[in-house]
Amino acid sequence: MLETIWFVLWALLWAMYFILDGFDLGIGSLLPFAARNEGERRVMFNSTGPFWDGNEVWLISAGGVTFAAFPKTYAVMFSALYVPLLLLLFTLILRAVSYEFRNKIDHPAWRSLWDWVHFLTNLVAAVLLGVAFANLFRGIPIDANGVFHGNLLTFLNFYGLAGGLFFLVMFALHGALWLCFKTKGELQERALAFVYLLWPLTLLCLVAFLWLTAFYTDLFKNYFANPALFLIPVVALVGLVGILVMLLRKKILLAWASSCVFIIGVTFFGVMGMFPRMLISSKDPAATLTAFNSASSELTLTIMLGVALVMVPIVLIYQFWAYRLFSHKLDPEQVVSDSHSY
Amino acid sequence: MDAVMLSRLQFAVAVFFHFIFVPLTLGLSLLIAWMETKYVRTGDEIWRKHAKFWGKLFLINFTLGVVTGITLEFQFGTNWSRYSEYVGDIFGSLLAIEATVAFFLESTFLAVWHFGWKKLSKTAHCVCAWLVFIAGNLSAVWIILANGFMQNPSGFILRNGRAELTDFFAVVSNPYAWGMFCHNMLAAWLLAGFFVLGVSAWHLYRKNEHSEFFRKTFRMTAVFTFVMSLLVAVSGDLQGRNVAHHQPTKLAAMEGHWETGSNVPFYLFAVPDEANEKNSIEIIPLPGMVSFLSYGSFDAEVKGLKDFPKEDRPPVAPVFWSFRLMILLGSIFVLAGAWAFSQRKKDEPNEKLLRILPWLIPLPYFGLGLGWAVAEIGRQPWIVYNLMRTSDAVSPVDPTNILISLAAFIVVYTLLGILDICLLIKYARKGPEEV
Repeated sequence: MLETIWFVLWALLWAMYFILDGFDLGIGSLLPFAARNEGERRVMFNSTGPFWDGNEVWLISAGGVTFAAFPKTYAVMFSALYVPLLLLLFTLILRAVSYEFRNKIDHPAWRSLWDWVHFLTNLVAAVLLGVAFANLFRGIPIDANGVFHGNLLTFLNFYGLAGGLFFLVMFALHGALWLCFKTKGELQERALAFVYLLWPLTLLCLVAFLWLTAFYTDLFKNYFANPALFLIPVVALVGLVGILVMLLRKKILLAWASSCVFIIGVTFFGVMGMFPRMLISSKDPAATLTAFNSASSELTLTIMLGVALVMVPIVLIYQFWAYRLFSHKLDPEQVVSDSHSY
Repeated sequence: MDAVMLSRLQFAVAVFFHFIFVPLTLGLSLLIAWMETKYVRTGDEIWRKHAKFWGKLFLINFTLGVVTGITLEFQFGTNWSRYSEYVGDIFGSLLAIEATVAFFLESTFLAVWHFGWKKLSKTAHCVCAWLVFIAGNLSAVWIILANGFMQNPSGFILRNGRAELTDFFAVVSNPYAWGMFCHNMLAAWLLAGFFVLGVSAWHLYRKNEHSEFFRKTFRMTAVFTFVMSLLVAVSGDLQGRNVAHHQPTKLAAMEGHWETGSNVPFYLFAVPDEANEKNSIEIIPLPGMVSFLSYGSFDAEVKGLKDFPKEDRPPVAPVFWSFRLMILLGSIFVLAGAWAFSQRKKDEPNEKLLRILPWLIPLPYFGLGLGWAVAEIGRQPWIVYNLMRTSDAVSPVDPTNILISLAAFIVVYTLLGILDICLLIKYARKGPEEV
């Protein structure tokens, strides 16, 4: 029972990371396309400025919980994903630095350098997350000793790349919505145009990814065994449609919230399809790691559950408060004149 | 090179680089919170200016600390998967608690502090500064508890082929870990003291337009730094006893002590010779000092390295020299701290002192690095003391991959480190901005 609870919490932490850092990644990936001048670029950086760091901690928590609750999964998964994971780490390192360094030297070449770094690192990170998760859904070649038999190309298979594209488009849509919420005037109009461009693309990717999932993975087995689970993809679809509905009613924040629902739905669709497996072996079904054969001791799971039940709501409350504090719309002049902005 | 050595090197690069940025975060957040409290209490604008000026340096430094920290958390899985599997039940939970209890708090409230000057009341803003300080140091508590488990494992049982938690309280009350935490935290505060003192002295020496401004922080941190230099020495002494009690091989390596005996002297200068299991040079003995510092009695028996099988001994030379250099630096900190303390009330402190202080800024960084080198290399050949060997802990990953990632770490970290230090120097020299 504890293992199942932790499995769901594990999925929830990843979903939290995707909805929160997802819009940072999306806005970064749109930087050269949505901003037309220095002021607008500054607005884009600052639309995520007060949040990116706190958002990234959800990734640390997701990683930490994998370690604490399912040490064997953490060990085998992270060492098998050695190359993509280190690539992800380097992109996140450089992404963070691009926020901090960009405005510290007043020279166009310096800024342009960090704009490029920001754009590429966000884009690559979004794709890598998609590639990694698609491969987790599909299974990777590990043996019973937890040894990975493959290389980077193993992950860059068709289904993995489709996952990468899907995540990129999904996060770009999510980011464009947040940008709409945080801006006004021309930049907001452009962000909105991106939303209308990315929405059908996301729908297309979703349909294609679901179809490929039926083809490349056995995730749907869980769904047919337990049809109530089909509620999850339905929720995702409701979220995706909700984006449009809310936009038509001019409720931008609610449209972004719908996008959150969509991303949570997508994450849970995949992870619950894996249940109780956490690391599927494509080589040897006996080598597959599950929530049950890789979990920590009952004592550790209990203590950690206590910590999570107390701390996560507290974190959510103060992060929500911080989001509200900085929910105002940004305009280029004010951002440029403020010595505290990025 | 094999996967073990490459992974060790990679971890060393990642952790030492991370620890260039962390200590300043731990200490400067305290000083900034203190400055802002002065502003709230006195209403004197100069303290608000101080909080903003040092806050800017804090942030330039903080970002690299954050991102290099994520790498570390993931590296246990990527490079040390056998270790992660074996002790994850205990070690993993401490890391996860760190993220949920401390790191969320620090990152969220740092952003609120930085961007919220106009959005929050004076008091609320000041509370954010204190939260950042508390969260940062709380984060260190959990990380060092995790490291403490590797040094002095407790509260577990070997079951199902791994170490499983039996007593959470024993893990979080590990005396070895708390000794490390105190010594490390005080050293980090000392480092921040020298940082602020050094930057202030740089401006005071030049008698530029910011003299009045930096005189304030010179006074404030001269006292602070001197007190910290003494407390670092005291906490180091106490931790030495912990090492003697829990890790006799580390102690023997630190002291270059080969033959078990009582009334063991401390040689002011010695050169260990590992191949011949003796010191090739030993001069100026302080009789019984090693016995006294380790066990509080000049007659106490201290076990020598020869009493332990060769395969259980740490490499002696790096541990020995790191320890010696750390002690030397610690002594310099007390002297420099005392000198600054004696000049604190002067409107124009001694020029020589002002000229030297900026050059002292790097020294505590080396001091902390050396201290961790003693702690980590001294623990070898164990990854978890007397429980798991480092050579059994590594991931089954292709060494070529590790070689490439190690090279990437060295290149990227060196570039970012240089840029970051240049930016710190640039903004430290620029002085406060006019509001």
